Amino acid sequence: MAAARSFTGPVAGIAVLCACAVLVYGAQARLSPYLVTLLAITLINVALAVSLNISNGLAGLFSLGHPAFMTIGAYVSAVLTFPPGRKDFMLPDLPSFLMTTQLPLLPALAVAGMIGAVIAFLVGLPVLRLKGHYLAVATLGLIVIVQGLATNWSGLTRGGSGLNGIPRLTGIWWCFGFAALVVYTALRLKFSSLGRAMMATRENALAAESSGVSTYRIRMLAFVLGAFFAAIAGGLMVHLITVVTPKSYSVVLAFNLVAMVVIGGTGSITGSIVAAIALTGLSEAVRPLEEKLGLYGLSQVIVALGLILVLFFRPNGLLGSGEPRFVRRIFGGSLP
Amino acid sequence: MSQYVFQQIINGLALGSLYALVAIGFSMIYGIVRLINFAHGDLVMIGAFTTLGLVAYGVPWPLILMFVLLVGALAGMTIEATVFRPMRGAQQVTGFIATLAVSIVIQNTGLMILSGQPRNFLFPAFMRQRVQLGSVSASLTDLTIIGLTVALIALLLVIVYRTRLGAAMRATADNLTAARLMGIAVNRTILTAFAIGSALAAAAGLLWGGKFGQIDPLLGFAPGLKAFIACVIGGVGSIGGAMLGGYLLGLAEVLFVGLLPPQFAGYRDVFVFTLLIVILLLKPSGLFVRHVEERA
Repeated sequence: MAAARSFTGPVAGIAVLCACAVLVYGAQARLSPYLVTLLAITLINVALAVSLNISNGLAGLFSLGHPAFMTIGAYVSAVLTFPPGRKDFMLPDLPSFLMTTQLPLLPALAVAGMIGAVIAFLVGLPVLRLKGHYLAVATLGLIVIVQGLATNWSGLTRGGSGLNGIPRLTGIWWCFGFAALVVYTALRLKFSSLGRAMMATRENALAAESSGVSTYRIRMLAFVLGAFFAAIAGGLMVHLITVVTPKSYSVVLAFNLVAMVVIGGTGSITGSIVAAIALTGLSEAVRPLEEKLGLYGLSQVIVALGLILVLFFRPNGLLGSGEPRFVRRIFGGSLP
Repeated sequence: MSQYVFQQIINGLALGSLYALVAIGFSMIYGIVRLINFAHGDLVMIGAFTTLGLVAYGVPWPLILMFVLLVGALAGMTIEATVFRPMRGAQQVTGFIATLAVSIVIQNTGLMILSGQPRNFLFPAFMRQRVQLGSVSASLTDLTIIGLTVALIALLLVIVYRTRLGAAMRATADNLTAARLMGIAVNRTILTAFAIGSALAAAAGLLWGGKFGQIDPLLGFAPGLKAFIACVIGGVGSIGGAMLGGYLLGLAEVLFVGLLPPQFAGYRDVFVFTLLIVILLLKPSGLFVRHVEERA
């Protein structure tokens, strides 16, 4: 199998990326606009699950704060890309420098990501000293705080009614590019010394500390990186769906993302990708049934029960914390 | 005392009573199995809807209360026996995720069966009148909430501190292995703790509906989180701490809204959660508990 073994490194990675791109291209050409949008959302979910896996899986800090950063990213990028004429009407109380700016999508997303990262840093300073489920509830509190601010800070956010008519600047390729970037970053990270430091922090903080790893900085890095990606994902999402309200991204979303990470295998990037695609597809597949029977909430029940079953029978998730061999070959890691 | 201030205090005490009822069960469960039971708040919802259903059949109120306590206890025991017990000994975070999943299941099953439309929930007319106490007055609903809560808490304290069952519960909370070695039926004790805690939460549901007038299947989210915060204030795992924490939180919330200019009222939850984070950082063991456990 010499041929198979030589299929490693960057070449193989680029080949996989091209294969995925061809699939997306085919999907875009063949499928209905509705399904293409669904695929775009799936790709954003992949990016979200993978980025959550950086903090929750690799660094072992159990955060539920993703929706908070998505909300921040969504509002920031929406305000930045709104045409000034529309801002006069929707957000008349905006500070004047925001009133006149209108950025293209990419810089708006970059600013959104930066602001998300800065806020994550500021929040992380105190919050990351907490552990386990205390951290989980504190980050859950962050969702409620951000929702409260988005509802009440009407000058910037138009309050509870949210923003609508946001230009639809995101397409399937934006989402594909972003998902690829997040997956690439996560995998490179995992097979680097930094990733090992993260996993060491997760496994035994004391031992990691004794080996010269600053666990606090490592945890902060994982948290900020996850928030950065989450904010950008929020920005992409809002320019796809064109609407955002303070309640768009809430605790249920946090739960679904956690479900993706846990079902795929906490720490396994490939697992998160597979689980994100599977769960998004599942919810969509159940939707007609929900509407037909009037049983709204059925898909959510199925996801939650599925999660409980996974916790029972495969507590490490479908893929454990490892990656399949072909992924390891591409990234040249010696880790399992 | 002016009527306004008195009204605010009664209001805060009533809200605090609800938080305390939920928080005590939460704290008992945490104390005994070290599990943050996110589904605990949803028992409030179950209690509220059970009440609503029984009211529709014209069942007398004392009987409704008994029934709600029973339903809550059964629901809590079911959750413990089917989901949490098989997961005992798993990692802390795994257990937390499981409770989140249970909460999502309960909420969405509620949505499926009951629909998301909020429903009106009314105490009988005589409960909604006001009582004159000297120069000030208070609503009978608030006074009932406070009175019933005090009675239930008293009953609970008797069970926990004056019976063999309570001694077994305290022993199990203190050291599960040692308790098992001493011949305590640990699983049955844990089941009882779930039953008692969940019954209190369901009773809080009955009162919750009366205080806020409307209920919907997702109402459990707020009391669940607030109960957690109350526990953190008072020291997680301690019954007295949870009780005091609940009352403090209720009063703090009401005073925050009542004493600040009205444009800040919307920031109530922001205030509460900021408070949570501040307390977790400054006094992670809670205000009233000396025992320190690794948390930060």
